[in-house]
Amino acid sequence: MPSKDRIAEPWGTRTPYGPGEEWPTRVDTYLGDGSSPDQVDAWVQSASILHSNGDALDIAVREGRIVGVRGRAEDRVNRGRLDPKDLFGWQANNSRERLTRPLVRENGELVETDWDTAMERVVRRSKELLDEQGASAIGFYTSGQLFLEEYYTLAAVGHGAIGTNHMDGNTRLCTATAAAALKESFGCDGQPGSYADIDHADVLALYGHNMAETQTVLWARVLDRLAGPEPPRVLCVDPRATPVARAADLHLAPLPGTNVALMNGILHELIRRDMVDHEYVESHTVGYEELARQVRDHPPETAAEICGVPAARIREAAEMLGSAERLFSTVLQGFYQSHQATAAAVQVNNVHLLRGMLGRPGAGLLQMNGQPTAENTRECGADGDLTAFRNWNNDEHITDLAAVWNIDHMRIPHYTPPTHAMQIFRYAEKGSIRFLWISGTNPAVSLPELARIRSVLEKESLFLVVQDLFLTETAELADVVLPAATWGEKTGTFTNSDRTVHLSEKAVEPPGEARPDLDIFLDYARRMDFRDKDGNPFPQWHDPESAFEAWKRATEGRPCDYTGITYDRLRGGSGIQWPCNEDRPEGTERLYGDGRFWAAPDVCESYGRDLVTGAPMEEVEYRAMNPEGKAILRAAEYLPPHEEPGGDYPFALTTGRTLYQFHTRTKTGRAPQLNEAAPEVWVEVSGSDAEELGIGEGDLVEVASPRGVVHARARICGIRPGVLFLPFHYGYWDGGHDRAANEMTVNDWDPVSKQPLFKTAAARIRLLEAGGGTPAPAPTTTASRPLDARVPRTRGGVRAEAGEHIAGGGEWESRSR
Amino acid sequence: MGIEIALRELYRAEGHMVEALLALSERHSGEHEIVHVSKDLARWSREHMRELARTGERYGMDLGGEGGEPLAEERDAVEGGPGDPDLELLADLRQLHRMASGVSVDWELLGQGAQALGDRELLHLTERCHPQTVRQATWANAMLKTTSPQVLTS
Repeated sequence: MPSKDRIAEPWGTRTPYGPGEEWPTRVDTYLGDGSSPDQVDAWVQSASILHSNGDALDIAVREGRIVGVRGRAEDRVNRGRLDPKDLFGWQANNSRERLTRPLVRENGELVETDWDTAMERVVRRSKELLDEQGASAIGFYTSGQLFLEEYYTLAAVGHGAIGTNHMDGNTRLCTATAAAALKESFGCDGQPGSYADIDHADVLALYGHNMAETQTVLWARVLDRLAGPEPPRVLCVDPRATPVARAADLHLAPLPGTNVALMNGILHELIRRDMVDHEYVESHTVGYEELARQVRDHPPETAAEICGVPAARIREAAEMLGSAERLFSTVLQGFYQSHQATAAAVQVNNVHLLRGMLGRPGAGLLQMNGQPTAENTRECGADGDLTAFRNWNNDEHITDLAAVWNIDHMRIPHYTPPTHAMQIFRYAEKGSIRFLWISGTNPAVSLPELARIRSVLEKESLFLVVQDLFLTETAELADVVLPAATWGEKTGTFTNSDRTVHLSEKAVEPPGEARPDLDIFLDYARRMDFRDKDGNPFPQWHDPESAFEAWKRATEGRPCDYTGITYDRLRGGSGIQWPCNEDRPEGTERLYGDGRFWAAPDVCESYGRDLVTGAPMEEVEYRAMNPEGKAILRAAEYLPPHEEPGGDYPFALTTGRTLYQFHTRTKTGRAPQLNEAAPEVWVEVSGSDAEELGIGEGDLVEVASPRGVVHARARICGIRPGVLFLPFHYGYWDGGHDRAANEMTVNDWDPVSKQPLFKTAAARIRLLEAGGGTPAPAPTTTASRPLDARVPRTRGGVRAEAGEHIAGGGEWESRSR
Repeated sequence: MGIEIALRELYRAEGHMVEALLALSERHSGEHEIVHVSKDLARWSREHMRELARTGERYGMDLGGEGGEPLAEERDAVEGGPGDPDLELLADLRQLHRMASGVSVDWELLGQGAQALGDRELLHLTERCHPQTVRQATWANAMLKTTSPQVLTS
């Protein structure tokens, strides 16, 4: 079988195809631990949990251990392909550093204990605080990496049983703007498009979305189109020279924080040149006059001045978008984590609405997710949303949810929007949240302005429960640490960025006494003795499948209708896209093809928010604006960023990901192939800035913002002059100091989505020490590609060789179970 | 003419809004939900002042030179006294909401005047600015709604 160094070639071998053709199959396989295929005892069905693409795969099990993975050829998402994190990330499961027993704090030290002792402490403190202060003392901060069943249970426990409004996920950092932008434009969350739109599109537009690194397999799909006949044209908006920018026909690199200005310039051109589907706009939208008025005085010249992008390029972009016959757009963190996040993302929706580019093959839109199961955090209501996209501001929806849960509707808090993560930490800082349960995430590295976050987590007045796989930087500050099972060690479902639901089955036993998150939440509920109206234990379910069945009932008649999906239907074949119900038993590839939206006042998830102030609109106002439930063209004015470069801090600082690492590296940092490809933090500097500052490739520099400092080696690359980039993955569990990018980021967030602004801060940089010829520890295959051609190329070597079987069948045809 | 009084009053009132919004941002510097948005909203009021000053010129008035800054005692009234910072936040937001509602009424009146005078330019000015004042008031109200439950139950 042919193989490839998949660290050196993250996207693997090209399988070119033309418009409207089916994406060819290529099955990728990696077996580690010296295992050969004939030694594999079982292949167990699952999907990837290290990014939001949802690559379907089978887990290889040998003698009760995970020894490898293989892509699932029959799945619509990846047709057998796996990315480097899929291929190598599973090794972290087998790490000796896994937590195997609960820990409790005794005399300031964390010591091992049994589950009863640990859980009793959690329960005792919960009860004390509920008696003393009530539900407002209790907060939950979860993840984008648990399973649907676990989020749904957490939502039921938090919103239903305890009745606290303080529940959010770290999805706030990655996907809150996707949800907010969809609600603003379409009345409800839910990705309109499908990955298969790439097969049909004639123009692809990627806004702040480095797809090549964040959704590597999806990018392979794009590369295959680009290598085939009649390739699509590609527009890239990104201040960095990402692999997407390098492949694009047109690359716009706006100054960080100016996306709304850029989008308004593009919309101005579309309207001025009348590249508008007026029939569609008339029949299916409201708000056109207001949008036209807003962008009338905002020609490309005005945008150019603000964004630092030539007006002619903005016109070219408008021409490309305006002449597309099948336009597919994706948006991600370059918009979501930047100034005016929701306002900017909404303008991409507006392009599609103006052009009637929704719901047919190639004409689609994905407001992407960052994390693997972020979609489920949102739809289950384990973040600042309510279960199954219900509207917290609509009493009928609350009554309905209370009926599903069989509890009193007054128990479900709905007097304000659910508290978002940054505000939860603020309440903890001020001492009104006194119990915080963090599951599957590491805010001590991932939240902005870390010095402050650490001081909050360390507070005596805060009882901190952390549930995780490893003793993370956050867990080290906890009062109780609960060891959790992870992917491959438990059963459940999760949903990717294009609404594809996958089943992930238990392949091996968790290490030691580690338990599935679902079991931990249910154990807590039983020990707290939560009851429903009939006196039965609440939640009423007891294992993954009964939780899934209960979830289905909560989704009936809602946009994310799961009622047609069962565990059995998910076994063996491809993942299924919701909504899937009696009317649509095979699921739904694209939403809104009929031009009808979930936006009617009685059904919408949100009445929307003011794009500048973030103030929620009230029902009366919404009814007046959108009585028939059409899509909404929402206009937004450009506002300057709150922290602009200048004076002592002349650079714009942005942070983000690299292809080989995920989140705070708790898993990828423990997979040798991935970690060695990007072992240590670096800072990206443009060639012209580097020359001016006398900084060379690999030199040790200090980067500082008004809030903190990072020491890193400089990578001189194609980033926009005036901008610095740092990967945010690097914390402190495996050594180092002054290396977490979030020491520097600003405590500011989008007023609409409440997503923190990781991409709009001001910073300075100075040389500390010459590198002496050693290059920065940054990959050469990605956005951090060096200008200096002498830097050795990133390779994984023999250990990173993975099998590739390109269509035509054979021994690697995927067989599950 | 009464319209001049209305212009002068509104100019002063928008000046108070700028002061109140900036004071809010400064006084509650730990409340990041408020810090940045209140500064953004102060920009609107500042822009309104500039536009009103331009309009004033057409009526032979020099609004900028007439002391648009609030009097010292009015600033104190905005700032309030020492006490529980959370309750102070609610009080400040409540005060801001009242102030913005007052300004909203003033814009309404100016719009009526503009129509009666047939001053198209002034009418368009009120049509641009008044909605932003309403959004300022709506924001203050929304922040009150969002902030109050935690303050009142802890």
